[in-house]
Amino acid sequence: MADKPLTVAVLSGKGGTGKTLVSVNLAAAAGEAVYLDCDVEEPNGHLFFKPEKPEEETVAVKIPQIDTEFCTGCRKCVEFCAFHALAFVGGHPILFDEVCHSCGGCALLCPAGAIRETDKAMGTVSSGRSGHVDVFTGRLNIGEASGIPVIKRLLGKIPSGGESPVFIDCPPGSACAVMESIRDADFCVLVAEPTVFGAHNLAMVYELVTLFHKPFGAVLNKCQEGENPSEAFCLGHQIPILGRIPFDPELGALNSEGKIAARENQRYRKLFGSLLERIGKEARHEATSDSQR
Amino acid sequence: MKITIPMNEQKLESGVCPSFGRAPYFLLYDTNTNESKWLPNSAAESSGGAGIAAAQLLADSGADTLITPRCGENAEKVLSGANIKVYRSVDGTAKENIDALIGGKLSPLSEFHAGFHGHGG
Amino acid sequence: MKQLLILSGKGGTGKTTVAGAFIYLSKAKAYADCDVDAPNLHLISHWSIAPQRSDYFGMPKARIDAAKCIGCGECFSHCRFDAIEAGTPFRVKPFACEGCGVCSAVCPEGAVFMEPAIAGELALYRGDMHVFSTAKLSMGSGTSGKLVTEVKRRMGSAAEDVELAVIDGSPGIGCPVIASISGVDMVLIVAEPSLSGISDMERIVKTAETFRTKTAVCVNKADVNPAKTGEIRAFCRERNLPFAGTIPFDAEAIKAINRGKNIAELDIPSGRAVRSVYEKVMELLWKEAKQHDHQSAVGEHGGIG
Repeated sequence: MADKPLTVAVLSGKGGTGKTLVSVNLAAAAGEAVYLDCDVEEPNGHLFFKPEKPEEETVAVKIPQIDTEFCTGCRKCVEFCAFHALAFVGGHPILFDEVCHSCGGCALLCPAGAIRETDKAMGTVSSGRSGHVDVFTGRLNIGEASGIPVIKRLLGKIPSGGESPVFIDCPPGSACAVMESIRDADFCVLVAEPTVFGAHNLAMVYELVTLFHKPFGAVLNKCQEGENPSEAFCLGHQIPILGRIPFDPELGALNSEGKIAARENQRYRKLFGSLLERIGKEARHEATSDSQR
Repeated sequence: MKITIPMNEQKLESGVCPSFGRAPYFLLYDTNTNESKWLPNSAAESSGGAGIAAAQLLADSGADTLITPRCGENAEKVLSGANIKVYRSVDGTAKENIDALIGGKLSPLSEFHAGFHGHGG
Repeated sequence: MKQLLILSGKGGTGKTTVAGAFIYLSKAKAYADCDVDAPNLHLISHWSIAPQRSDYFGMPKARIDAAKCIGCGECFSHCRFDAIEAGTPFRVKPFACEGCGVCSAVCPEGAVFMEPAIAGELALYRGDMHVFSTAKLSMGSGTSGKLVTEVKRRMGSAAEDVELAVIDGSPGIGCPVIASISGVDMVLIVAEPSLSGISDMERIVKTAETFRTKTAVCVNKADVNPAKTGEIRAFCRERNLPFAGTIPFDAEAIKAINRGKNIAELDIPSGRAVRSVYEKVMELLWKEAKQHDHQSAVGEHGGIG
């Protein structure tokens, strides 16, 4: 029986710590890989991968459409809507679609059958190839409420029965979008920077992955001499430190130019290669020691 | 005119509330009878769509004029559908704003900001 | 009270460090952290007193009364958010529940009810001279303009006579950012000179423009990529946005922050630079205030850019 391909989610609690740096470079260092950019409000991975001939598909959600011919003006829909997406104006309900959560309740409850549902485009998923990596980028349209439907579509791109490892670039924070992104992950990599802010944000994602019983390890980014509050946090909570990326102006320069360090530079190819190996080992160790799998 | 104003306190001598959707009360003042009614704003507690819900409250209240410092574009749609004219408030108490409106000194509110739409839990 | 909001679009640009420096330099008596998803400002503002804490209630969540559940599965088949787990009895997964109420409406036994759910915690620090308002969203809660609005409102009502309030905003471009911008007098965008930093900065500028709020841009870690810093300067020129200056990358800054010091109080490159950015921003904030107010009274919105 073939093992399921390794699915690694990279998260950080805060933007700018190096989540995209780590997920992009891990995918580039692996032979064949799949990269999902679930940071659908500000996707950045594609700026590094520059996928060839990307194909775009629309992601849509259902919104209600009211047929005023059948509407009796009972206002049940307006009263039911927990999100205030419907208002009763000029004798019939009007919809504020960007507030609508697509729950389907109004259409279900209308006693006159005056509401049906139609599709509304709220984002896109773009697919393309960059070297040995299949790159999938999710984008939420500006003004839309929730990125979760886009993230669900992205997760659906993970090939079942595939062999290449999958790297998920998660949104920052610990809100519902992050929880959705780690749903199918076998292993979570927590990226942290060496500041008091970094340690604080690391604590947040640590709480999240623990709550969801996901195996995890930390990668310390932008390491310099001196105290590292994030390292101290890891040691204090027995979080395995999978790797340390030094603060390096060369890496910063490559990054700011949108270049993938593991593709440009021997040293970083090695660094991310070892990190990948270490993650694989930790993930397999967790898998075999977890009796429920 | 039936004038409505978002308020923090139930006093005509109080200042106008800086928020529309989440104002604790709406004053409803009838210029024919000089009577004041105070509507508690149920929309203030909403997670999202507060402007829309507050505007619905006003649409159902019989008001024909709103004086407010700001208002979102979603709320504006409900208000205009209910034929409520919207004026920009000035610094001062509710009473002073009502007098200014009657004296023709207030300008209509012409910019409506994008919604804040809080979403999720 | 004049309110200055500090935004960044992208996370990690140094927004909170700049906000902290501005609070120090202006001796601001009122400040707030609107980054309710990952608040950081409290880590560099030193308070010895405990804050007033209050619960923040978000959308109600569904709950199934096990005693009444007959296992028909109507709730499960109608839930659009995968928030119901089938079983004996059926159970709501609270993190996934969005509070729409459909399950409660379709349950034939009245076994599903909606109950208030705590979605975060607010904290208000009040000293003799200062007020600091902050909040943290609970894990898994949706980001919310309501909580941001509440953080600002509490700061405002606790500090009515204060001249200047500094607000540390949230990253991104969504509702919490939009809620932070509402009602402030000026926005300072802290941008990062990278491909992704520029792309995110542009999205924020667009968002601030829809509010017609006075906006200025500064570049942090500017020396990491002088060419990209130049692109940001050019962008500001094209859009008629005031460019408030640059701050160099400074390893000393990180050490200082980790030791609990403010960069603005030290004689280090980033400290000197942030002081200069501060001077420019204050000039813009106060000088054009008079012109701006005049235009408002006439019912015209001039603004910048």
